[in-house]
Amino acid sequence: MTATDSAVRDGRRAGKGSDRTPRRRRVAQHRWLPYLLLAPAIIFELLVHVIPMLTGIGISFLKLNQFFLRNWLEAPFAGLSNYHYAIDVNGSIGKALIWSFVVTIGFTILVVGISWVLGMFAAVMLQRSFRGRALLRTIFLIPYALPVYAGVIVWKFMLSRDNGMVNHLLAQLHITDGHTFWLIGNNAFASIVVVAVWRLWPFALLTLMAGMQSLPTDVYEAAAVDGAGMWQQFRKLTLPMLRGINQVLILVLFLWTFNDFNVPYTLFSASIPKSADLISIHVYQSSFQNFNFGLGSAMSVLLLLFLLVVTGVYLLFTSRRSRRA
Amino acid sequence: MRESTSFKVIRVVGLTLLTLFTLAPLYVMIVSGLKPLSDVQGAFSWIPSHLTVQPFVDIWHTIPLARYFSNSVIVSLSAALFSVLIAIFASYAVSRWNFRGKQVFRITVLSTQMFPGILFLLPLYLIFVNIGQATGFALQGSRVGLIITYLTFSLPFSIWMLVGYFDTIPRGLDEAAKVDGAGPMRTLWSVVIPAAKPGIVAVGIYSFMTAWGETLFASVMTNDSSKTLAIGLREYSTQISVYWNQVMAASLVVSVPVVVGFLLLQRYLVQGLTAGAVK
Repeated sequence: MTATDSAVRDGRRAGKGSDRTPRRRRVAQHRWLPYLLLAPAIIFELLVHVIPMLTGIGISFLKLNQFFLRNWLEAPFAGLSNYHYAIDVNGSIGKALIWSFVVTIGFTILVVGISWVLGMFAAVMLQRSFRGRALLRTIFLIPYALPVYAGVIVWKFMLSRDNGMVNHLLAQLHITDGHTFWLIGNNAFASIVVVAVWRLWPFALLTLMAGMQSLPTDVYEAAAVDGAGMWQQFRKLTLPMLRGINQVLILVLFLWTFNDFNVPYTLFSASIPKSADLISIHVYQSSFQNFNFGLGSAMSVLLLLFLLVVTGVYLLFTSRRSRRA
Repeated sequence: MRESTSFKVIRVVGLTLLTLFTLAPLYVMIVSGLKPLSDVQGAFSWIPSHLTVQPFVDIWHTIPLARYFSNSVIVSLSAALFSVLIAIFASYAVSRWNFRGKQVFRITVLSTQMFPGILFLLPLYLIFVNIGQATGFALQGSRVGLIITYLTFSLPFSIWMLVGYFDTIPRGLDEAAKVDGAGPMRTLWSVVIPAAKPGIVAVGIYSFMTAWGETLFASVMTNDSSKTLAIGLREYSTQISVYWNQVMAASLVVSVPVVVGFLLLQRYLVQGLTAGAVK
């Protein structure tokens, strides 16, 4: 920011020079120019973020169902009852929401953890050049480049009980009898974790590969001379030097996975099995299938509060740790 | 540098497994798209009983795929271009000037990225319905409406990334342009934008790809005429059966443009992501 400061100051100082009028006009012009440049962004931020968010908070206090959809401003005031229903563990709605929340947390931890480990493993393995490295890099990135629904729809086909490749393969390897249901019941959770990891880990790889490119090679050479093995080099050099990137990466992976709608919606359509009842689908169903928009909004607001707290704590924790380091 | 044998073994085994995991769905997609319907309706087979390109012909007639395709192109391209354009101006302002409200703007943009899409979907839906009633202009169900909703995720991302990218461009270049008599807009056009090309390209590809794969807004904000591929592809499943060979053929067709574009521009994407996100 200091460069900008001095640029602005220079501009002002120059205004006191001999050719006053044109320079001063230019400085004045620069004062409102940033706002002019920002105007489109501000208008659209208001339109797609600020106003909808305020509206959403407002709706969460209304008893809004399909009868009031066309004139929702006239929907009766519900006070905090939507919030009460959402978190009341004695009621069926509250119980289901908490279950869905627990499933989502488990799903998120597994998917982020596995994706990070796979991405880190592949990034380290691809760090040194060998024959076929460029080809592998390209192959690994394809799941990320594919449109989400196209990649996930193939998994849906692969996991189908009678026509699917997964059951066929497992039977050929004599692991199962080949008649397992993967998309309903308790197996659905494992299925969606695998599919989400397949789709997400290339992003971890991409980010970590880019981060490793910037690491100095001479440190590794020095470590090797001192007799440090691969594992030690990874623990003592790579991990600490990538700390900043990892902090951003893990936060982004967490938020994407927690909020993910595309993968579960494509894999299960709207009839999601209980074992994989992810929260974004859960809220979607409350709003657009049960037409309880007020309740759906209250759930969204609760989610938002949760994400704010988690992100805040995470940022506080990581920034304090890196400052101490 | 010397590599131990055990390390080489780990590398070969690990990378082979990851390759199989990555490629299995692609193999299924391609090979099933070339199978006759009877082949995909029974137990899975690794090799088609006989190869046929018929599914690639049929996909266009079973559902109005061409229309969904053009809807997806129009919506994704507009959303990407629109958000990149808005983001270029905004990021230039944030990166190069100090002004009142800058922190508020930055924090708003940054924080909206973490919110679940469902949070904006419902209010936007209701607002669109209301605007439609008040003005007669039906945003809900139109491509314009969908493009606007896609800005909820592409705009904050674009601004965030481009501010990071513009910050890496030395201010000295701006100063030099100023000495040469260029105004701020001239500087943006002939100095900052060319220098930030990789970042701008990366943000554009990313926005396009995300829009091309989006299903949440598309499932609520479209009607029969504005449906995108993400929702349209479901129509290969009927009450009676699923035309899996056509689903696979269509998935391949809709993936090719994005994957080819991604692989061609991958270099920019890696460069842009690193410079913008990892500072």
